[in-house]
Amino acid sequence: MNTFAENLFGEVPKVSSGSLVVEGELDTRHGPILYLEDVSVSFDGFKALNHMSLYIDAGELRCMIGPNGAGKTTLMDVITGKTRPDTGTVFFGQTIDLLQMDEPAIAQAGICRKFQKPSVFDALTVFENLELALKADKRTWQTLFYRLNGEQRDRIDQIIETIGLTACNHQRAGILSHGQKQWLEIGMLLMQEPKVMLVDEPIAGMTHQEIERTAELLLSLQGQRSIVVVEHDMEFVRSIASKVTVLHEGSVLTEGTMDEVQNDPRVIQVYLGG
Amino acid sequence: MKLIGLGTDKIGTTVLIVLAAVSFIIPVCNLATPADSPLHFSAYTVSVLGKYLTFALLGLSLDLVWGYCGILALGQGAFFALGGYAMGMYLMRQIGTRGVYGDPLLPDFMVFLNWKELPWYWLGFDNFWFALVMVVLVPGLLAFVFGWLAFRSRVTGVYLSIITQALTYALLLAFFRNEMGFGGNNGLTDFKELLGFNIQSEALRSVLLMISGVTLIAVFILCRWLVNTKLGRVVTAIRDQESRVRFLGYRVEMFKLWIFVFSAMIAGIAGALYVPQVGIINPSEFSPLNSLEIVIWVAIGGRGTLYGAIIGAVLVNYSKTVLTGLMPEIWLFTLGAVFVLVTVFLPDGLVGLMRRRLQESHS
Repeated sequence: MNTFAENLFGEVPKVSSGSLVVEGELDTRHGPILYLEDVSVSFDGFKALNHMSLYIDAGELRCMIGPNGAGKTTLMDVITGKTRPDTGTVFFGQTIDLLQMDEPAIAQAGICRKFQKPSVFDALTVFENLELALKADKRTWQTLFYRLNGEQRDRIDQIIETIGLTACNHQRAGILSHGQKQWLEIGMLLMQEPKVMLVDEPIAGMTHQEIERTAELLLSLQGQRSIVVVEHDMEFVRSIASKVTVLHEGSVLTEGTMDEVQNDPRVIQVYLGG
Repeated sequence: MKLIGLGTDKIGTTVLIVLAAVSFIIPVCNLATPADSPLHFSAYTVSVLGKYLTFALLGLSLDLVWGYCGILALGQGAFFALGGYAMGMYLMRQIGTRGVYGDPLLPDFMVFLNWKELPWYWLGFDNFWFALVMVVLVPGLLAFVFGWLAFRSRVTGVYLSIITQALTYALLLAFFRNEMGFGGNNGLTDFKELLGFNIQSEALRSVLLMISGVTLIAVFILCRWLVNTKLGRVVTAIRDQESRVRFLGYRVEMFKLWIFVFSAMIAGIAGALYVPQVGIINPSEFSPLNSLEIVIWVAIGGRGTLYGAIIGAVLVNYSKTVLTGLMPEIWLFTLGAVFVLVTVFLPDGLVGLMRRRLQESHS
């Protein structure tokens, strides 16, 4: 299992940094890598997030569940800079204020996202999709004269193998099946070598086998990357999660292991109504 | 060849060969044979062909922003006209004392307006190289300022299209004014010579045709290379899923700006090649209708292929020349009808049709 992740990332950088606090550099010495405090977002009076506070530890694999409209996707929008909260603070480590940054800056800082609806570039090949995601200098002129070196080529090939798309390497992403697109997007996430991966409904449209492999992959990354998974499939959540957060009406209802959460009377009430 | 992916691309290769043939054989024949030789093309043919090639260059520039980056720019004609004006200003200053009023410094229209000295923005245009720099710099600068404001505020889709129309319309109105100092309604005309050569001479016309062809080929190859770089792929990705590209860490607005400015510069070069061949530049080149026509060329030829824009521009303009000669009143109706038919039945344009035929004949 461990070698699986090592294969993916080669040398895995230590999540905890040195002892000096440097403004703008990721500092996770206090444990959490993501701090959301008292975050509220409202759309036309509807409170999508309601004074939500949430901490994600460095290296942890966290699952988020909750009924529709609980604010799971809005939460990801806030973290990645797509939506600006009305109030609250969002910090990446101790020093990086995510509310001061836009989407590309946040992505480059190391917070990457897989969307609910698989968002791959249909007109480009599988290889090219991954090439675009590859961690690199992403300014215009540097992109114009960008050449992949052998090592990077190998890395892309490795990821293609991991996501099981070797046979489709030079096919356009548009002709892939839904499950394959999901995997391609997960591959794009891996290419970015993120510190935090936000994964929105990763297994929708996947076969049983693909689901098992997704769980295997996410578990293998635990410890090296912080991963936040939003998923409806309880069986899947149970198979990967050590800690589950239940969202309800824009706030955290409860947190704990899957068993604790499932036996919490408030959770039962929220899910079953009553 | 591999770098620009032409080896396997039959249509692209054919277009290149035809372009090379037109831009070399015709001028060489004309320069080498006497006027009564059967190998001699008429001055009219030469200048019309030269004009088509500059339109093809203009179409190419639009295809880059529209076909590859998804920016439906309806003001591409503005950059073309600005490039044309820059060249026109050089040609005006070459007239010298041969103008109607014989003023050594001021163009005729300024003398007519009782202006005493040359406005500051006309300075330097007596130098050909300075004018050439302006041909790309002025459209590029306008595209930069406009694009910077529009793309940073994330103006997209129809809204962007409308403000590009407004941009070219505003320039049309501005250039109509005599006080602007660009000849007002009449524009710039009565050119005498280019780099010391008589602008009416057949030899210069042939050379201009050749230069237009060579420029088109060079820009075509440059664009082919460009769309096959990583930047080209980022731009294509922006066309299909703009917000997703942001989450990969690319500054979408900078990429749009880059490609928009680059395309405006190409349009400027096209305008500069156009003006000496038609002998006039006036504000009507800024008319919003012109910019719409460019979109139609590219749509008919086939978007996102580069050579589709070339084929479309040449075919539509050839039809225009023929039809406006025969029945001028039906031209706009024909153009509209063809545009609708192509949009409905050939969304990939003529090039898409050719590709399908080629594939069928292979299988």
